[in-house]
Amino acid sequence: MNFKNISFQSKKIRNLIPQILILTVLFSVIIYFVTNVQTNMGNRGIAFGFGFLNQESSFDITFSLIDYNGSYSYARAFLVGLLNTLLVSVIGIFFATILGVIVGVSRLSDNYLISKVAEWYVEIFRNIPLILQIFFWYFAALRALPLPNEAINFYDISFLTVKGFYVPKFIWNNFNFFIIAIIISITAIYFLRNYARKQREQYGRQVPVFIFSLLILLTFPLISFFLFDVNLSFEYPVLKQLSPSIFTFDGGVNIIPELLALALSLSMYTATFIAENVRAGILGVGKGQKEAALSIGLNKNQVLKLVVMPQALRIIIPPTTNQYLNLTKNSSLAAAIAYPDIVLVFAGTALMQTGRAIEIISITMLTYLSLSVAISVFMNWYNKKMAIKEK
Amino acid sequence: MIKSIKNWILVGFASLLLAACGQDGAGSKKSKTLENTKKAGFVKCGVSEGVPGFSNADASGNWSGIDVDVCRAVAAAVLGDADKVKYTPLNAAERFTALNSGEIDILSRNTTWTLSRDADIGLTFVGVNFYDGQGFMVRKSSGINSVNEFKDGIVACTNIGTTTELNMRDFFNSKNIKYEPLGFKSADEVVQAYDAGRCDTYTTDKSGLAAQRTKMKDPSEHKVLPETISKEPLGPVVRQGDNVWEDIVRWSLNTFIEAEEYGVNSANASSLKESDNPAIKRLVGAEGELGAAFGLDNEWSLRIIEQVGNYGESYKKHLADTGIMPNRGPNQLWTKGGILYVPPAR
Repeated sequence: MNFKNISFQSKKIRNLIPQILILTVLFSVIIYFVTNVQTNMGNRGIAFGFGFLNQESSFDITFSLIDYNGSYSYARAFLVGLLNTLLVSVIGIFFATILGVIVGVSRLSDNYLISKVAEWYVEIFRNIPLILQIFFWYFAALRALPLPNEAINFYDISFLTVKGFYVPKFIWNNFNFFIIAIIISITAIYFLRNYARKQREQYGRQVPVFIFSLLILLTFPLISFFLFDVNLSFEYPVLKQLSPSIFTFDGGVNIIPELLALALSLSMYTATFIAENVRAGILGVGKGQKEAALSIGLNKNQVLKLVVMPQALRIIIPPTTNQYLNLTKNSSLAAAIAYPDIVLVFAGTALMQTGRAIEIISITMLTYLSLSVAISVFMNWYNKKMAIKEK
Repeated sequence: MIKSIKNWILVGFASLLLAACGQDGAGSKKSKTLENTKKAGFVKCGVSEGVPGFSNADASGNWSGIDVDVCRAVAAAVLGDADKVKYTPLNAAERFTALNSGEIDILSRNTTWTLSRDADIGLTFVGVNFYDGQGFMVRKSSGINSVNEFKDGIVACTNIGTTTELNMRDFFNSKNIKYEPLGFKSADEVVQAYDAGRCDTYTTDKSGLAAQRTKMKDPSEHKVLPETISKEPLGPVVRQGDNVWEDIVRWSLNTFIEAEEYGVNSANASSLKESDNPAIKRLVGAEGELGAAFGLDNEWSLRIIEQVGNYGESYKKHLADTGIMPNRGPNQLWTKGGILYVPPAR
C-alpha cells in the first residue's frame, strides 16, 4: 500500500521534471532575447514605445474602406491596412468556396469532359506557387489591359482598364428602410422554416420552403421600394481627360488591379484545395447511405440535402478551416504587388517611416494571430454545430 | 492549427530578436566595426538594387556609381584596397534594418538625410555626397510641361517608406489636387508600373528619375518636369554609437570631395607629395598625423585618391559621361558656384 503510493508520486514527479525543465529553458531564452534587444537598442539610442501610433502618418494610401489621408494617425493607417486585409480575405474566401464546391462536385461528375476539366484545373493551380500566380495576374494579365481611353467597355456602365475596373456606384435613398425590409424578410424566413419543420416532423407534410423564402425575400424589399420611397440610383464612371494622352474615369467605383489580381489568385489557388476537400467529403459518405435514403422514398435533392451533405460537411469543414486560415495569411503576399494590406501599409510604409521595427512587427504578428484564431474559433463552432450528434 | 501559429509567432519573434543583436557599438576610442572590418577583410556596404550612376551592377556583378565610390573610399582607407567591398543590394524597406542589425556597416544608397532618420532610429548621417530634389517624370505624349498642369485623378507612383512618398502628399495637398497614390516596395516595380501605364507620373529624386529613365522600354518617350518640389540631401549612413567608424566614413567622404577642390586626382596624387601647399600635403599624407586620430596609417587619404579618385572624377565617370546627369548643378564645388563645401582635413 505504502509502496504503491510512493511509486505513484514518483511517476507524477517524473512527469513533472521534463515539463519544468522545458519551461525553464523557454523562459530563459525569452528573457535572454528580451534583455539582448533592450541592451542593443539602448546602445544604439533607439527608443521603444507605442507613442508613435498617435502621430500623424503623413502618407497617403491608394485604397481605403474608411476615411483616411495622411493627416490621420498611424493607428488609423493600421486600421486601413487591417480592413484591406479583411476585405481581400473575405472576397477570397467567398469566391474560393463557391469555385471550390463547383470544381469539387464537377470532379465527381459522370460527364467525362467536366470531370477532366475540373481535374486539370485542380492540378494546374494547386501546383504553381501562389506568388507566381499573383505575379501572373498582376504583371502579365492585368498589365496588358488597355489605357482608359481604349477601355474594354461593358455596356457603357463598366470599364476594364490598366488602371482598374471601373464599375457603377450604388447610391441609395432611404437605405435604412431597405435594410429593415431585409431584416423582416430574414426573420420571416426563419419562422417559415421552423413551421415547415414542424409540419414535416408532426404531419409528414412537405412545405416548399425554398420558393416561399424567395417570394418573401422579394416581396418585403419591393414593398419598401414602393411605400417608403426607397430607391437605388447608379453613378456611372465617365471618361475624363486630364491631358492630351492621360485619361481616367470619374465617378463610380474603381476596383484597383492590385485588389483584382490578389483576389483572383487567392481564390483560384485556394479553390483547388477546397475542391479536393469537397470531393473527399462526398466520397467519404458511404454508398449504402445514399441507397438507403433513396429506398425510403427521398428524392435526389433530399438525399443530397438531408443525408449526404450533413455527413460530408463533417469531413469537409475541418480541412477547409485550414484553407480559410491559409488564405487569410497568404493575403500578406499583397505586399509584392502594392495592394495596401496590413503588411504593406503598416509593416511596410509605417515601419519605414517611423523605423520602429520591433513594435510594428509585434503588432502585425499579433493581429494575424488574432485574425487566425478568430476564424478558427468560428469554424470550430460551425463544425460542432454540423457534427452529427450521437443520440 | 492554433498551436502551429503560436510556434510560427515564436520563431518570428526569435528571429526578429536575433536580428536585433548584431554587434555592440562601442562608445570608446576603439571601434568594434573597424576591428571587425579588418578581421573580415572587406567593408560591408549596403547599396541600391540598381540605380545607374549611383549604385548599379554590370552584367558580371561589378558595382559602380558615386554611392559605390564612398564604400570603395572607405575600403581603400581602412583595408588598403578599394575593391575589398561586399555589396548588399537593399530596397528602401530593408535599408535601415540591415544597417541597424549589423548586416552592413555603411549604407550608401541615395538616402535622404532627415531629422527623424538621424535622431530617432539609431542611425547617423555622415555627410552629403549628392544634393538632390524631388521631381516628376511623365510621358512626352501626355503634353504636360509643368507640375501646374496636373489635374484631379492623376495616378502618381513612387516607393513606399521614402521621403518622396511624404513630399508627394505635401505637394499635391498644397496644389489642392486629388491624386491617387500608388506605392511599391522596389524601384523596379515602380518603373514597370509606370511604363505599363498604371501610373501617369513617376515621382522620386531627380537623380533617380534620370537613372530610372534609362531602364524604360523607350527612354526617349519620357521626360522629367522642370520643377523641384523638395530638398533631398543624399548621403552615406552609419549606425549610431561607433564614433570612430562614423569619423572614418565621414572623413573618407570629405577627403574625396576636398581632393577635387585642391586639384588632387588619381593621376597626380603621389607626385603631389612634394607640393608647396600644406593642405595638399596633408591630403596625400605627406604632412601631419591625421590618420592616427582614427587608428589608420598616414596614407589612408592618398589611397582613397589613388584608387577611387576625387569626387569630380567620380561624377564625370558615373553621371556625366553616362549622360544621366551631365549638368552638375548644385553638386559643383563651392569655389565653382555649387554648394559642395566640406570641412577642412587638418
